[in-house]
Amino acid sequence: MIEAAGLTKHYGPTVAVDDLSFTVEAGRVTGFLGPNGAGKSTTMRMILGLDTPNKGQALIDGKRYSELKRPLGTVGALLDAKWVHPNRSARSHLRWLAKSNHISDKRVDEVLEMVGLTAVAKRNAGGFSLGMAQRLGIAGALLGDPKVLLFDEPVNGLDPEGIVWIRQFMHRLAADGRTVLVSSHLLSEMAQTAHELIVIGKGKLIAQTSTEQFIKDATEDNVRVRSPHAVKLRELLAGSATVTSDEVDGALVVHGLDPASIGDLAAANGIVLHELSPQRGSLEAAFMQLTKESVEYHAAES
Amino acid sequence: MTLLAVERIKLFSTRSPWWCMALAVTLTVGMAALIAANTNDEFPLSVGVSQSFSNFGMIVIMVMAALAVTTEYRFGTIRATFLAVPGRVQALIAKTVVVAVLAGVIGEVVAFGSWGISTLIKPNADMAINSSVEWRNVAGTGLVFALSAVLAVAVGTLVRQTAGAVAILLVYALLVESLIGLIPKIGVNIQEWMPFMHANNFLTADSAALPEGAGPPRLDFPFGPWGSLAYFAAISVGLLVVALAVAKKRDA
Repeated sequence: MIEAAGLTKHYGPTVAVDDLSFTVEAGRVTGFLGPNGAGKSTTMRMILGLDTPNKGQALIDGKRYSELKRPLGTVGALLDAKWVHPNRSARSHLRWLAKSNHISDKRVDEVLEMVGLTAVAKRNAGGFSLGMAQRLGIAGALLGDPKVLLFDEPVNGLDPEGIVWIRQFMHRLAADGRTVLVSSHLLSEMAQTAHELIVIGKGKLIAQTSTEQFIKDATEDNVRVRSPHAVKLRELLAGSATVTSDEVDGALVVHGLDPASIGDLAAANGIVLHELSPQRGSLEAAFMQLTKESVEYHAAES
Repeated sequence: MTLLAVERIKLFSTRSPWWCMALAVTLTVGMAALIAANTNDEFPLSVGVSQSFSNFGMIVIMVMAALAVTTEYRFGTIRATFLAVPGRVQALIAKTVVVAVLAGVIGEVVAFGSWGISTLIKPNADMAINSSVEWRNVAGTGLVFALSAVLAVAVGTLVRQTAGAVAILLVYALLVESLIGLIPKIGVNIQEWMPFMHANNFLTADSAALPEGAGPPRLDFPFGPWGSLAYFAAISVGLLVVALAVAKKRDA
């Protein structure tokens, strides 16, 4: 379990993380979501003792990171897959990490096997593709068989196959009862990966809730209806729902009534329907709506 | 001990330390060979003369020592290190020890290599190492290399960038210390307190490496050779303590 309490970090006058508190439970994948520059990486670095918070603290199973005896046995982290020496082989990279925490070379070969890098273990890490580098980073995080795992934007730049692999891997880790915290700036990615969401913007907590609940709250359900008798249908619906027209093809967009009720109403009045389709609100639109106020760098309106 | 093993794996699993070591040895021993081959009756070969270019090797080893830290910052492996070993001071001390011991060994290889090749080239010259001055001049090289490596690790830790750290070390050791002597009146007095001057004093005090009048004027050092070594060590270790304190406090 990870507990953050009142974490605050300033860089000069800039507040990167502002009084942030949350808990990450074991046994599920928790998504750490926010736009670029929201303070996700800084928060993870404070949890891992790399950066010192100006205020507040982060505890891992009740201890500060610096108090852990063999940290890799408790916490595995992949903050940046590029944190390897390009002229050092993948196996040597893992060997020194393992040695520092009294982990055997046998375990090094095991984790290499787990992430599918055995064949390239002797090759220099500098020649790895991004996907391979991510796998090496994950191998490093798994070395000590830790109970708590942190991944910072692990799917950035990966091909679809790699994304699916990482997603399944994290689900397996959580199913083993581990605590998994994974950051991303993409809600659509998190919707498929995380059970629980911690959403931040400009260093402040926006929401901590289950992914399902977050999406339900954040999106509106509309129903698209096309009919040759659109005008008549619109009059019928007006009493119980909000109706607008699609500007492109003139279809009705009904908000506040489910598709079944609309169909029943149409049938009862002998109205022919050409389309009756529920529209899930766009996740990205909802996310942008939520974090609009807190995005650090806006693109200029064109 | 574990941390020493970690740093040893790190150092020897990349190529650049090997290149630096090879360069330090060949450069210095090669220069010693050139000098020995060109000595004559007017400028006779001696133990001291065979050691006169050990500074070459020292500079290369300092670059290696600085790189051992700055490449970790450059590639982010220092953060991986601090994640694996949250006690930053211990991790950096282990690195310093490994680099310094290696530098010491290279120093001995360079010194005895230079002496050996000179002996081979001029078998008739008086090359016996039979006074404490001569022993200090040859075997002391390892100590000077080790301490200058400590100093370089400290600078590397403070500066964190390869270009910056190497520039500072080279400009300081090669130019600042010798050029400061050109300032009229006080220049020489300042020089008598500069660390590499003392390292040199430790190696060469009381030895007649160069004939009278050749080379820069002799400085009037406040300490004897071993005092000079202690002074050089104090400055190197002092700088390291500062670097460790800074590294501990600052965000990685």
